[in-house]
Amino acid sequence: MNRFSYVRAASAAEAVRELADPAARIIAGGTNLLDLMKYAVEKPTRLVDITHLPLATIEDAPGGGVRIGALVTNAALAYDDRIARDYPLLSSALLAGASPQLRNAATTGGNLLQRTRCYYFYDPATPCNKREPGSGCSAIGGLNRIHAILGASENCIATHPSDMCVALAALEAVIHVEGPDGARAIPMADFHRLPGDSPEIDTTLRQGELITSVELPPPAFGQNHTYLKLRDRLSYAFALVSVAVGLNIEGGTIKKARMALGGVAHKPWRKPEAEQALEGQAPTLENFGRAAELLLQGARGHGHNDFKIELARRAIGRALSQAAEARPQSQTDKRIR
Amino acid sequence: MLNAEHTQGAHVGAPRSRVDGRLKVTGAARYAAEFPADSLLHGVIVSSAVTRGKIKRIHTGDAKAQPGVVEVFTHENRPSTAWFDYKYRDETAPPGSPFRPLYDDEIQFSGQAIALVVAETFEAARAAAMLVRVEYTPADHATNLDLQLDEAYVPPKKRNGIKPPPKPRGDAEAAFAAAPVKLQNEYRVAIEHHNPMEPHATTVVWKGGGKLTIHDKTQGSQNSQSYVTNVFGLSADDVEVISPFVGGAFGSGLRPQHQLFLAVMAALQLERSVRVELTRDQTFTLGYRPCTIQQVSLAANRDGKLQSVMHNATAGTSRFEDYQEVVVNWSGLLYDSPNASFDYRLAKLDTYTPSDMRAPGATLGVFALEAAMDELSCELGMDPIELRLRNYADRDENDDKAFTSKELRACYRQGAERFGWSRRSSKPRSMREGRELIGMGMASGVWEAMMQKTAARATLTADGKLEIACATADIGTGTYTILAQIAADALGLPLERVSVKLGDSSLPKSPVEGGSWTAASAGSAVQAACDSVKQALLTAARGLEGSPLANVDLDRIVLRDGRAEVAAHSSAGLAIEDIMRGAGKQKLEAEESAAPSKTAMLTHVGYTHSAVFAEVRVDEELGVVRVTRIVNAVAAGKIINPKTARSQILGGVVMGIGMALEEETLVDHHLGRFMNHNLAEYHVPVNADIHDIDVLFVEEHDEMVSPIGVKGLGEIGIVGTAAAIANAIHHATGKRMRDLPITIDKIIGA
Ligand SMILES: Cc1cc2nc3c(=O)[nH]c(=O)nc-3n(C[C@H](O)[C@H](O)[C@H](O)COP(=O)(O)OP(=O)(O)OC[C@H]3O[C@@H](n4cnc5c(N)ncnc54)[C@H](O)[C@@H]3O)c2cc1C
Ligand code: SF4
Repeated sequence: MNRFSYVRAASAAEAVRELADPAARIIAGGTNLLDLMKYAVEKPTRLVDITHLPLATIEDAPGGGVRIGALVTNAALAYDDRIARDYPLLSSALLAGASPQLRNAATTGGNLLQRTRCYYFYDPATPCNKREPGSGCSAIGGLNRIHAILGASENCIATHPSDMCVALAALEAVIHVEGPDGARAIPMADFHRLPGDSPEIDTTLRQGELITSVELPPPAFGQNHTYLKLRDRLSYAFALVSVAVGLNIEGGTIKKARMALGGVAHKPWRKPEAEQALEGQAPTLENFGRAAELLLQGARGHGHNDFKIELARRAIGRALSQAAEARPQSQTDKRIR
Repeated sequence: MLNAEHTQGAHVGAPRSRVDGRLKVTGAARYAAEFPADSLLHGVIVSSAVTRGKIKRIHTGDAKAQPGVVEVFTHENRPSTAWFDYKYRDETAPPGSPFRPLYDDEIQFSGQAIALVVAETFEAARAAAMLVRVEYTPADHATNLDLQLDEAYVPPKKRNGIKPPPKPRGDAEAAFAAAPVKLQNEYRVAIEHHNPMEPHATTVVWKGGGKLTIHDKTQGSQNSQSYVTNVFGLSADDVEVISPFVGGAFGSGLRPQHQLFLAVMAALQLERSVRVELTRDQTFTLGYRPCTIQQVSLAANRDGKLQSVMHNATAGTSRFEDYQEVVVNWSGLLYDSPNASFDYRLAKLDTYTPSDMRAPGATLGVFALEAAMDELSCELGMDPIELRLRNYADRDENDDKAFTSKELRACYRQGAERFGWSRRSSKPRSMREGRELIGMGMASGVWEAMMQKTAARATLTADGKLEIACATADIGTGTYTILAQIAADALGLPLERVSVKLGDSSLPKSPVEGGSWTAASAGSAVQAACDSVKQALLTAARGLEGSPLANVDLDRIVLRDGRAEVAAHSSAGLAIEDIMRGAGKQKLEAEESAAPSKTAMLTHVGYTHSAVFAEVRVDEELGVVRVTRIVNAVAAGKIINPKTARSQILGGVVMGIGMALEEETLVDHHLGRFMNHNLAEYHVPVNADIHDIDVLFVEEHDEMVSPIGVKGLGEIGIVGTAAAIANAIHHATGKRMRDLPITIDKIIGA
């Protein structure tokens, strides 16, 4: 029996101390961890409940940005006035994800660390390197319609399923963590990792580290943004492909461009070259097409997911158009703009 | 004899809210896993990780050693049960050897139940189940229908109640070769699982002395009862199956499922009450709509008159049973063609046996036929409705019989008008708004209007209240409500004075609830039982001393508002309570049964029809389809309750949208395993997928199809919906989608 003990952490320091045990797990909203425990994918011996820590606020960050506590729920974050006003891209991505009930429970920290939705990962009767290193990857040569086209390895072709993280990547967020060696900050681009030879490791978080907050730099994109998510039904499904775009356009020229893809890789997919290719250029379809090529460079399908390459190319183009026209995708009206 | 006119009262035909609605929304309605029992044990099933082979060794020691664990049942220690296959065959079983849980060391499909861990708590059972270790000797398996097509065969034994393909008519091949306009295409539909809200569960209450009360999720309490008595050698007096509420089933509750077997086995062996509940994942180890590959060939003259129809289908089934459904026959029924041929084959796969799922067979066959008809209308440059009207079948050519009624023409006309079909441009890709292409498509729907012999009891008590009882189930379809309406009108009572008892094997005999036959069958039985009670009541009323009804003819007396009155002047009459008191009756009771008319069925067949219209908006570049409007015009005889009837059609349409665009059980053929076995990855429609659905019922008078003129509605709503959507997508984009579900990748064609 997978017996586990439970402790409610009274402070971040206590949570970090508890995490010294590698078989301990933090529980926040529990919307992913509990499912994984029921499937016996996660078998923690100790649950460290952090929901009573004072990490549920959204505050000013030095330098004009904002600091989002790790326990701010996806719903509270999406509907926060300031976030909706200054970072509508983040609001939109959050509202594109899951369902209202899940968003009410899911937290910012938990969302960052949610695990892949690869079918095999959740089914202990099947081989899976991410769940059981060395057992093999069933998705390669198996069902891989929802799998990665970029950055995959011969050991794992899983994707990171989060919508929020795609927006955080485009917004160049910074993740603040506290660990046994003190606090540190990890840029979003370095937070999730590619599967390589160790697909069981999703992030660069070190043993014993607790996410305390997510910091966003000062708002940079005004209304020239969008979060476009394509999926197998019009709501409540993970992205096959999603695109987060933020543009800063002045006098018909793109001054700054940030783009990230979701549903295509083990992490939100960014390529600085693709962004640079847009900067200093006019927002034209031709330029968008070139940016898409660069962003998708090296994309490779595994059979069922071949279509994602073309779908992503088209989605990038559309998302850039939406952002350039300041007509961000609505997450309530399901018509694609 | 009281005639059917009497049912046309205050309630029948009126939109009434569900009489069981309050119980359901307040949680007072109990489902199989919610019935309490003293010192209840909990059973958790261990499922096979491999698809085919043998259990080499099964280690249960660790599980047994867990605190709270009472027993671990496997093939090695299971109690013995019936020997012969027929003992395991239920009312709806296809030919073959039904699956026997824990029978021996053989694994026949992935997820097969191979052990049951029973413990004092659910948690202990669940934890211990994870400790059961199994060593397998795996064997090769086949789950890919495409690779088994060469092995396909015509099922040697027909499934009871399932019509085999019709005999060929004329020379379909020759007529096809000679016709000026023709097409031949292949259509595919993926495996779908029923996924009702309530997962399968059974609570067996041990009553002592070998008596059991079983709360089972089932569409047939008596079907489950006879399965249990046959398999475990019990007497019917010792086994009562109770299933008053079912949280959806769609056919998955027709056959007794393995949790019933396991719970009863454990209860008998341990002499304790036992509950076994499946997880959502485990419900994917039950039956499903089989993957089916169909070829349809149509050939016509330039004027649209069909010359040849050929419809072939191959479906997967298990190694141990030949599941069959009616797939190809619809092509010989819906349209009139002098030449036609049909072929229906099965191929053996290492899966569990498929099972009936809402409009089994028709959803598949009519999808292929109606998609092909749309293609033919394009070839001919003819309006799709016009093509259907030119080939309208006024007679059932399959069985050479007349229809009891068929208002399909009116469905086309009224549906088209409501939908605004005249606004449809004929050319594909010719309607758009902004970035979206707009498409309009239509399809016909058809389903058999069946009736099965069913009994019901009506009991009128001294307080003027009426109780109706029948063993049939209400799986969310509204049966409680319509039976109450029929009964209330029959005895002129307000609805509140009628109570209905269903889903209990001790009640008057009923077949499983399925095939859309329950309203016609149980409804007619209730009508008959109430008519008998009415007869007795009126006789008693006339016999009372000084009765104002003494010399009044029976057919001049009406029952209304709880009184028996002379039709012409309501002042002359008696309250039911007064009649009962005067006659010294505590109750008046009658049990009657109703059955289809054998003589009528010699010459006639009954079918329900529909015309489904769909509007889609397609973002072609990104492959996103939105079904923005559906109009479903249905001809189903008498509509007892337009409100619950509409709900049935809405549900069918929603499921049809799922079938068209989303539903697919993904099989990993290397592993032989269904992989998206949960509701996060098995996609059914969500609110965002559903826009306007407009249901209209076309007037259809039919005195032959059933005594109360009812045809049934549970299934017709899904039939045709997927074809209408696929046809609308073609109209929008010019692309033919012959492979369901139509997902993003198929639309963008990449
Ligand atoms: C049916 C379903 C549909 C969904 N659809 C979507 C979707 O469309 N898009 C989408 O983006 N998401 C979707 N989700 C996922 C959902 O967003 C995540 O489950 C949720 O964000 C996880 O947050 P949580 O607080 O519940 O995390 P938990 O389940 O509590 O934790 C998840 C992981 O994070 C760790 N953790 C949590 N907080 C911290 C912290 N502060 N520091 C260190 N470690 C921590 C936990 O130890 C655990 O390993 C869906 C989930 C479900 C069940
Ligand atoms: S893709 Fe990754 S998560 Fe999926 S089966 Fe392969 S190793 Fe496991």
